[in-house]
Amino acid sequence: MSVPVLELENVSKTFSIKQGIFGKRKELKAVDHLNLSLEKGEVLGLVGESGCGKSTLARILLGLESPTQGRVLVDGEDITTRDRSYLARRIQPIFQDPYSSLNPRKTIADIISLPLRVHKVGASRDWDKQTSDILDVVGLPQRVLRSYPSQLSGGQRQRVAIARALIMKPEIVICDEPTSALDVSVQSQILNLLSDLRDELGLTYLFISHNLAVVEHLATRVAVMYLGRIVEEAKASALFAGPDHPYTSALLESVLTPDPSLGVPDTQLGAVFPNPINPPSGCHFHPRCPKVMDICSQKAPEMVLRDGKRIECHLFAPEAVSA
Amino acid sequence: MENILSVRGLKVDIPLAAGTLHAVRGIDFEVRRGETLCVVGESGSGKSLTSLAIMGLLPKQAQRSADRLDFAGVDLQHASNRDMRKLRGDRISMIFQEPMTSLNPAYTIGDQLTEALLLHRKVGKAAARNRAIELLEKVGITAAASRMKQYPHQLSGGLRQRVMIAMALMCEPDLIIADEPTTALDVTIQAQILRLLKDLQRELNMAMILITHDLGVVARVADKVAIMYAGEMVEAGTVNEVFTEPRHPYTRGLLRCIPVPGRTKAGEHLGSIPGIVPSLIGNMPGCAFRSRCDEAIPACAADIPKRLSSSGHLYRCVHDYGPLSSLSSSSGLQAKSGEA
Ligand SMILES: Nc1ncnc2c1ncn2[C@@H]1O[C@H](COP(=O)(O)OP(=O)(O)O)[C@@H](O)[C@H]1O
Ligand SMILES: Nc1ncnc2c1ncn2[C@@H]1O[C@H](COP(=O)(O)OP(=O)(O)O)[C@@H](O)[C@H]1O
Ligand SMILES: [Mg+2]
Ligand SMILES: [Mg+2]
Repeated sequence: MSVPVLELENVSKTFSIKQGIFGKRKELKAVDHLNLSLEKGEVLGLVGESGCGKSTLARILLGLESPTQGRVLVDGEDITTRDRSYLARRIQPIFQDPYSSLNPRKTIADIISLPLRVHKVGASRDWDKQTSDILDVVGLPQRVLRSYPSQLSGGQRQRVAIARALIMKPEIVICDEPTSALDVSVQSQILNLLSDLRDELGLTYLFISHNLAVVEHLATRVAVMYLGRIVEEAKASALFAGPDHPYTSALLESVLTPDPSLGVPDTQLGAVFPNPINPPSGCHFHPRCPKVMDICSQKAPEMVLRDGKRIECHLFAPEAVSA
Repeated sequence: MENILSVRGLKVDIPLAAGTLHAVRGIDFEVRRGETLCVVGESGSGKSLTSLAIMGLLPKQAQRSADRLDFAGVDLQHASNRDMRKLRGDRISMIFQEPMTSLNPAYTIGDQLTEALLLHRKVGKAAARNRAIELLEKVGITAAASRMKQYPHQLSGGLRQRVMIAMALMCEPDLIIADEPTTALDVTIQAQILRLLKDLQRELNMAMILITHDLGVVARVADKVAIMYAGEMVEAGTVNEVFTEPRHPYTRGLLRCIPVPGRTKAGEHLGSIPGIVPSLIGNMPGCAFRSRCDEAIPACAADIPKRLSSSGHLYRCVHDYGPLSSLSSSSGLQAKSGEA
């Protein structure tokens, strides 16, 4: 039954960075030979520290950025063979910041209906009706149609962003930190809305968030990203019950659940996230890893499939496990 | 233990064309030496203005008044600008969410870190420099010695934030006021920085006021918690009282909004608080939360009683939700999540 609606095949994205005015150009690998697939109806949570490449991955999936290497498949077909309008009807984004992602000079009606006008969807006489219908879907009152973004609260603006994404009736929604800028009382409303919409409209989500409690709440599968690579991927319940990769363990340990009987955990991660221009040798995580071995700095780990999980770590390499 | 900060009836008013905005509407709290008070509330509830009012750094148009505003025996309402500057550099430090508000773009990180120490303490240049490098390393900055020569704009946002935290700790202040210090940072860095703040706090017996909207952070670092809504403190108590026996409908609502592994079920609806914060302009008789409260009754529009236990657990609500006890750890209101 697992039909991949979106797939990344060995995808890399390299940026050319200039350091300082006289600096030499250097390569920054934001996404590094990455394989990932999104299956119909699932919520794939993507987690990892800032700078690990999550947003770059999202932009590649949206066709907003073309990979330096590898292929992106939409419904099994290469994304480059699809036109923009087809993509817009299949995949839509919801970004973090409802303040900067909405044009302050346009009314809410204009903002929400823009995709219909750009892609000339259906007859123009139906656009107003579609716009007003989608407001009901996302729980906004009709009166906001003539308002401007600055006149709405943060939560209302994020609903506008969701309405704009859904007006094209996409099947896949790429959510990049959709609730990170919101107050908790608003965040819970948006999370409830996203989960209702998934049930009602049969949506598939890629859900990027640095809030692991939120990911655990919403995701059916989770991929953990580190410096351009997916280092662990598993069913959400399995990953949260027993992370295998030392990086996943550290990430989960840093989550502060609201339990006053516990203090602040010591993740032992020590040094900070590495500079992607100059990534550590071997396994990129080895300088921070509490379980580092000799081989880790010498050789990049191979991907291993294990109990339905996918993991890249020398601890789980076949020779290490059998030894 | 001795109070380092004592606040009674603090108000902040901002005159606007449409009327006076009552941003902070008469709040009381104390912070003792070595203690952490977390102030929680949604955006616009007056948290930042409260901390700026204590620091004497309010925007010009804002007016502060208080029945009492006392820091370690100094009456802050009557302190001169010069006295306030001295206090700020030396005994009270502030960490802002946006680091560029307190970093000067024209000076190197090293100059800014050592400035206060050289100015207020009798410390030599080399010693100040060593202390700065040590703190930069403690906040997780690699190659600290070479960072000393850099300017703020050469650092990423996350690094600047950590520089500012190091700067706030340089003089080993008696009180740190941190306004959403880790909100923009990764959970991994957040945990590291909160641990560092807690360790230094213990070591130096520093008091801390931590403003945050992250209830996970509050539960893990607070000794006392104050919940603010629309410029008022609607509930306050020890962290155990507030998390295991929350009384105010707003506090209970907030706690239901967050997903908690083991308590909320994956995929099921989270609690929510419908509606939005009311306008703070003009007088607001009665309970400011009543328009969003599902327990509201007509009496909520009149004066609201203040309910207080002997241990200091306080809430303001027309409803009496039973006796407040100071024995709160045995309450079963919140299932323990049972994991770290
Ligand atoms: N357009 C760009 N030009 C140069 N570098 C970029 C660009 N976009 C992203 N990067 C770099 O790629 C890396 C990954 O960034 P990003 O995908 O935004 O990470 P995340 O969303 O996980 O925080 C970072 O080091 C970032 O600085
Ligand atoms: N300089 C200012 N001028 C006018 N209104 C302000 C100013 N600063 C803050 N406010 C208003 O005061 C209220 C409280 O603000 P603030 O203390 O920043 O809230 P918080 O930190 O809890 O988000 C908000 O309604 C805000 O819009
Ligand atoms: Mg991002
Ligand atoms: Mg604030």
